[in-house]
Amino acid sequence: MARQRAHATSGKTRRAGPLSAIVEFESVGLRYGTGAEVLCDLDFRLAKGGFYFLTGPSGAGKTSLLQLLYLARRPSRGRIQLFGQDLTDAPRDILPDYRRRIGVVFQDFRLIRHLSAFDNVALPLRISGRSDAEIEGPVREMLAWVGLADRASARPPTLSGGEQQRVAIARAVISQPELLVADEPTGNVDADMAVRLLHLFTALNRLGTTIVVATHDIGLISRTPGAQLIRLEKGSVTDPTGGLKNPPIGLASTL
Amino acid sequence: MSVSILAGSEAERRLLPGGTLRGPTPYVIAIMTFAMMIVAAAGLALANAAGIVAGAVEHRYVLQLPDGSDAKVQSALRAVRSVPAVTAVEAVPQAEMRQTLEKWIGPGGLGRELPVPALLHLELAPGANADAVGATLTRANPGARFIADQATVQPLLGSLRALRWLAVALVLLMAAATSAAVVLAARGALDTHRPTIEIMHGIGATDQQVALLFQRKIALDALVGALAGGAAAALALLLIAGGRLALASDLTGGPPLGVVDLVLLALLPVAAVVLATLVARFAVLSALHKVI
Repeated sequence: MARQRAHATSGKTRRAGPLSAIVEFESVGLRYGTGAEVLCDLDFRLAKGGFYFLTGPSGAGKTSLLQLLYLARRPSRGRIQLFGQDLTDAPRDILPDYRRRIGVVFQDFRLIRHLSAFDNVALPLRISGRSDAEIEGPVREMLAWVGLADRASARPPTLSGGEQQRVAIARAVISQPELLVADEPTGNVDADMAVRLLHLFTALNRLGTTIVVATHDIGLISRTPGAQLIRLEKGSVTDPTGGLKNPPIGLASTL
Repeated sequence: MSVSILAGSEAERRLLPGGTLRGPTPYVIAIMTFAMMIVAAAGLALANAAGIVAGAVEHRYVLQLPDGSDAKVQSALRAVRSVPAVTAVEAVPQAEMRQTLEKWIGPGGLGRELPVPALLHLELAPGANADAVGATLTRANPGARFIADQATVQPLLGSLRALRWLAVALVLLMAAATSAAVVLAARGALDTHRPTIEIMHGIGATDQQVALLFQRKIALDALVGALAGGAAAALALLLIAGGRLALASDLTGGPPLGVVDLVLLALLPVAAVVLATLVARFAVLSALHKVI
């Protein structure tokens, strides 16, 4: 929390640029096996504390790009820096430390089917070494926030798609990550819940968390006026304003 | 989390569902532990028997006289008793020699004119120079042969030692087979729980944290299997030792297994559990290294 507060405080005076970039892609390409590149020549920076929407047609490579962001894949070429560290060829032993600083909402939720909603949400805290006593309160609070307080002991197969998505979001944000990556987070929830989730993301962003949301939901984007748009087409990022190459100054405090 | 996984909290146990005795691992380890203990017990008993036989004949020798006439025997006995290194000597009675030889050449084969050889059993003092004693006695008794009992029982000792090493090899082979079974079980468990592992990795779990989950699960399976197999083997050994099948015991006139042997046998199930746990950890970590 102290780190988050410091982050938020510094966000108000932060000046974007190479030093404040939390993510930096340089000539990044990704191919699966021997196939053609699904992502090519990605060159962009994401400012610390920024709020980004990733859009583009289906098959443009959004999910692949997010996988690079949350360290589920390594690029085929180019260089990726996260949190100021070049992780392109980083030894796999050090990756868990960086993954713990990233919250991920997967498109297919990826909840552990045999664990309760409570245990699913508690998992990041358990992995980071928190005791049961430290876990109980925050997890109950988070479940209440996403409207699932009474479903804490339910297992994912007994939850609706929307409920599963909320559990996935709660799990992604429970450890207050520095970078939150969400793949279509509002795809299975109603409009009211979508707005509440957006408020949650905005609140996290105000605390200093950098948010990257892949979505087709124009309404979601229009409700977030300060957010930056990353448009991906045929595996390439279009950056007509140059805002991704050189993030605008004071981006973090615009929301 | 690492420490609590070792302790195996309820929450962490829930991560990998499926209780003990669900898969083949405990049964395979039970069978292997049973077989290992029986083979190891046989090997130890044979080693003990070989040791006792070798010890019993260590200082014993035979002086063979081609002519077993009474005069020759008496002369030889005098010569033997004059050697200070000899602590005991005993001549095999002529009647006993005839009886033995008749088994080979028939009752009518030994006429008065055919000389019957004589045998003198000697025991030398520990540290005595057997070669020197043999040279003295063969010089005093021309045509006599001085033979160590150890040379006579050497083929038997060789067989017992070979069987002991065979038992060691079998135990090692069974340990290798147990390891292979554990590797297969670990890989199977990894495949079954792959989605859980991917999620755990995705949110920052280390390989060690994931490996500990599987390690603990397989250690529990191995513990149950090793205890069952060990108990069954102990029962079987008790029945064998209590019956009339204790060949080694009959040969040596003592219990086939000593206290140290029993401790070694009791440690085998523990070794099986430790081996299974280490192999499971190694197999899981190796498999995890292939993913990002």
